[in-house]
Amino acid sequence: MSTAPSATAPQKRSFTAAASVYVNERTSVAGFVKELGRKAFPDHWSFLLGEVALFAFVVVLISGTFLTFFFQASMAEVHYDGSYVPLKGVEMSVAMASTLDISFDIRGGLFVRQMHHWGALLFVAAIGLHMLRIFFTGAFRKPRELNWVIGFILFILAMAEGFTGYSLPDDLLSGNGLRIIDGMVKGIPLIGTWTSFLIFGGEFPGTQIVGRLYTLHILLLPALVVALVALHLVFVVVHKHTQYAGPGKTQQNAVGPPILPIYAAKAGGFFFIVFGVLALIASMFTINPIWNYGPYDPSPVSAGTQPDWYIGFADGALRLIPPGWEFVWLDRTWSFNIIVPLVVLGGFIVTVLIYPFIEAWVKGDKREHHIVDRPRNAPTRTAIGAAGVTFYAGLWAAASSDILATHFWLTMEGVIHALQATVIIGPFVAYFITKRVCLALQKKDREIVLHGYESGRIVKLPGGEFIEVHQPLDEYERWRLVSYESYEPLMIRPNARGKITVGQRLRAAISRWFFEDRIAPVTKGELEAGHDGHH
Amino acid sequence: MTRSKRRAGRRHPLATAALLALGLVFTGGAYAALSTGTVAQAEVDPNSQQTIEEGKKLFQANCATCHGLEAQGTDNGPSLIGVGAASVDFQVGTGRMPMQMQGPQAQQKPVQFTDEQVKQLAYFVASLGPGPEIPSDHLVNGGGDAANGAELFRINCAMCHNVAGAGGALTEGKFAPPLTDVSGVHIYEAMVTGPQNMPVFNDLNISPEDKRDVITYLKYVQDNRSPGGFELGSLGPVAEGLFIWIFGLGAIVAITVWITAKSN
Repeated sequence: MSTAPSATAPQKRSFTAAASVYVNERTSVAGFVKELGRKAFPDHWSFLLGEVALFAFVVVLISGTFLTFFFQASMAEVHYDGSYVPLKGVEMSVAMASTLDISFDIRGGLFVRQMHHWGALLFVAAIGLHMLRIFFTGAFRKPRELNWVIGFILFILAMAEGFTGYSLPDDLLSGNGLRIIDGMVKGIPLIGTWTSFLIFGGEFPGTQIVGRLYTLHILLLPALVVALVALHLVFVVVHKHTQYAGPGKTQQNAVGPPILPIYAAKAGGFFFIVFGVLALIASMFTINPIWNYGPYDPSPVSAGTQPDWYIGFADGALRLIPPGWEFVWLDRTWSFNIIVPLVVLGGFIVTVLIYPFIEAWVKGDKREHHIVDRPRNAPTRTAIGAAGVTFYAGLWAAASSDILATHFWLTMEGVIHALQATVIIGPFVAYFITKRVCLALQKKDREIVLHGYESGRIVKLPGGEFIEVHQPLDEYERWRLVSYESYEPLMIRPNARGKITVGQRLRAAISRWFFEDRIAPVTKGELEAGHDGHH
Repeated sequence: MTRSKRRAGRRHPLATAALLALGLVFTGGAYAALSTGTVAQAEVDPNSQQTIEEGKKLFQANCATCHGLEAQGTDNGPSLIGVGAASVDFQVGTGRMPMQMQGPQAQQKPVQFTDEQVKQLAYFVASLGPGPEIPSDHLVNGGGDAANGAELFRINCAMCHNVAGAGGALTEGKFAPPLTDVSGVHIYEAMVTGPQNMPVFNDLNISPEDKRDVITYLKYVQDNRSPGGFELGSLGPVAEGLFIWIFGLGAIVAITVWITAKSN
C-alpha cells in the first residue's frame, strides 16, 4: 500500500475501495461496521470459552449437513448388505443400515460422523465450562441476567440436540438410551403412559420414533439454537464484554483490542484451530462404534451402557436411588424411584436457571456490574457454586459406577454408597471448605496489600533482631487486589405501611447467611495507616 | 608395565560393568532358550496311564491342599469329580488356578504350568468322572459365521462382557473379564463349564456350531481393530466423555491461554 504512488491515488480507486463503496451505497453497512469494529473485547483466556462452544457448534452444523445427505431416518426393516462382515445379513432398520453405510461405504463418511459426534461432545463441554466461568466470576449480574437465562436454555437445547442425535442410528446403545427415557416418561404419575404412547406412536419402540427425533434433531432444535445463539451474541454486543478489575478498567469502559481487525483475526484463526483439533480427534479416535453395538433389539443390554456425558447426571441419579421406592396406591403404581430424581433434577435445573435473580434479590443490588469478580471475593457465591458442582459431579460419576468398579477394583455396591454420600453430604462439605478457603485467600490478599510480599531477604537489626523485609506491592497489582465490592447483610426495614413482611424477614435471613462472614477490601485509610506504622 | 596390564584386565574400572553385562546376556539367553523349549507343543495322550499318573502327582503337589488328595473337595475348595478336562484346562491354562487368594473371584495371573502339565492335570481330573472335554480344533479356530456369532454374543454375553468384549462389572466386586486376548479354546471351555460367576451354556442352549460362531466373532474383533481409530478401551460413552473433557477441552483451553498470552 505504501508503495502505491500517492499522486495517482485520488484518480484511480483500488478495486477494494470501489467494491466497498458499491456495497455501502446499497446496504449502508459502513455504520454498522464502524460501530461493531470499534467494540473492544477484553483479553483473557476464559473469555474465549463461549467462542469455543460457538465454533464447535459450527463444526457440528457443517458435518451434520453432510450426514443428512446419506442418513435415512426410517425404521423399515432391511437385511444389511454392506461391507462390515460381522453384521452381514443381519436384520436392522434402514436408519441403522444407512449409518453403517456412512461409516463403511461412503468416502469420508466415518470421519465426518466421528467429527460430528466429537464436535457435539465438545460443544456441550465448552458450554459447561463457559457457564462455570460466568457463574464463578459473577458475570451474570445486572444487566446480564437475561443472557444467563438464554445461555442456560442453550445448554438444555444442546443436551436435547445431543440426545436426539445419540438416538438416531437405532443401534443397541441408542435404543437402550431411549428405553430409559421411555421408562422415565412412563414413571410420571397419571400422564406418563399416555405421554409415552404419544411420543413413540404406540408401545415402545414402535416404528415412528427415529423419524420424529430426526425432525427435531435437524429442524426444530438447530433452528432454536441458532436463533438463541444470535440473541445471545446481540446481548454480548449490547452489554459490552465484562472485564477483570485492573488499572484503567472501570464500570463504564471496556479495555481490550478492538474487534476489527485484531480481535476478528484472532477469532477467525481460533475457529480454524478448533476445527483442526476436532478433525485431529475425529481422525484418530473412535467414537460410538455402532458396528460393535449392532442393531437395536429390546432384549440385549450391553455392559457399560451409558448415555453421552452430558446426560450422565440424569442416568447417575437413577442409579443412585435405593431399591424399593415403588408402591401401589389407588390401584396405580407410584414409581418414586423415577419421580424423586425427576423432581430433584428439575429443581436443580430451575435453581441454576434463576440464580442471578435470587442473588440480586438477596443483595438488593440494582446497579450494573461490568467488572467481574475474582471468585474469592464472593465467598458465598463461590461456595454455592462448589456445592452445585459437587452435587452434579457426584451424579455424573454415578453414571459410570460400573466402570469405576471394574477399573479401580471396587465393589459396585461400595461405589454406589460412596456416591450416594457424595451427592447428599458432599455439597455441604464443599460449601464449607470453599467458603473458608475463599475467606482465607481474601485475608492473604489483605495481608499482602497492607504489608507487601515476603521478599525472602533477612536483615539483622543493630539490636540483634532478625526481620524479613517485605516488599511493597506496585500500584497496578494493589489496584487489582483492593478493587472489589463487599456487601453487608441487609437490615430489616418496615415497608411503607410500617409492617415487616415475612418476605423481608426471609430476605434478611438469607442476606445474613450470604454476607455475615466477610473480609472488607483494604481502604485508603488503612493502607496509609499500615505503611506508617510498619517497620 | 605389569601394573598397566593389570589395570587393563580384571581391575579395569569398567570390569564390573562388563561382567554384569556378560552375566545378563548369558542368563537372558539361557532363559530365552529354555522358555522357547517349554512353549513347544507337546502331544499328551489323554488315555495313557502315564499321563494320568503324572497328572495325579502334579495335582497332589499343587491342588490337593484345597481340593483334597482325591479331588473330593474340602472346606476350602469344591470337589472336582466330574468337572471335566475342559474346566481344568480353562482354570489352570488361564492362570486362575492355583488360586492366588480367596476373594470375590479368582484372579488371572501368569500361567504356572507348562502346556504339557496343564493337559496332564486335565486328563487326570477327567479320569475321575465324565465331564466336558477340551474342544477339538475345528470348533475354536474361528472359521464360523461372524454375523451369527455377533448376534448370539449380543443376546447371551454382552450384558456382562460388553458388546465389544471389553468386560463389565458384576455385584459385590465380581466382574466379567475382558475377552480381548482370550484364546478360542478358552472361550469355548468357559462357555461349557461356566467358570467363576459365568453361567453354563451347554450344547442344547448354544450348539457347538453356534459356539464356534461366537468365537469367530470375538476373533474378528480381536484381529480387526476399530476402523475409527484408537478405541479408548471400547468402554463406550464414559471413556469418550473423559477423553473430550481432558484431552479435547484441555487442548482447547491450552490454546485459548496461548492466544491471549501477552507477548514479552
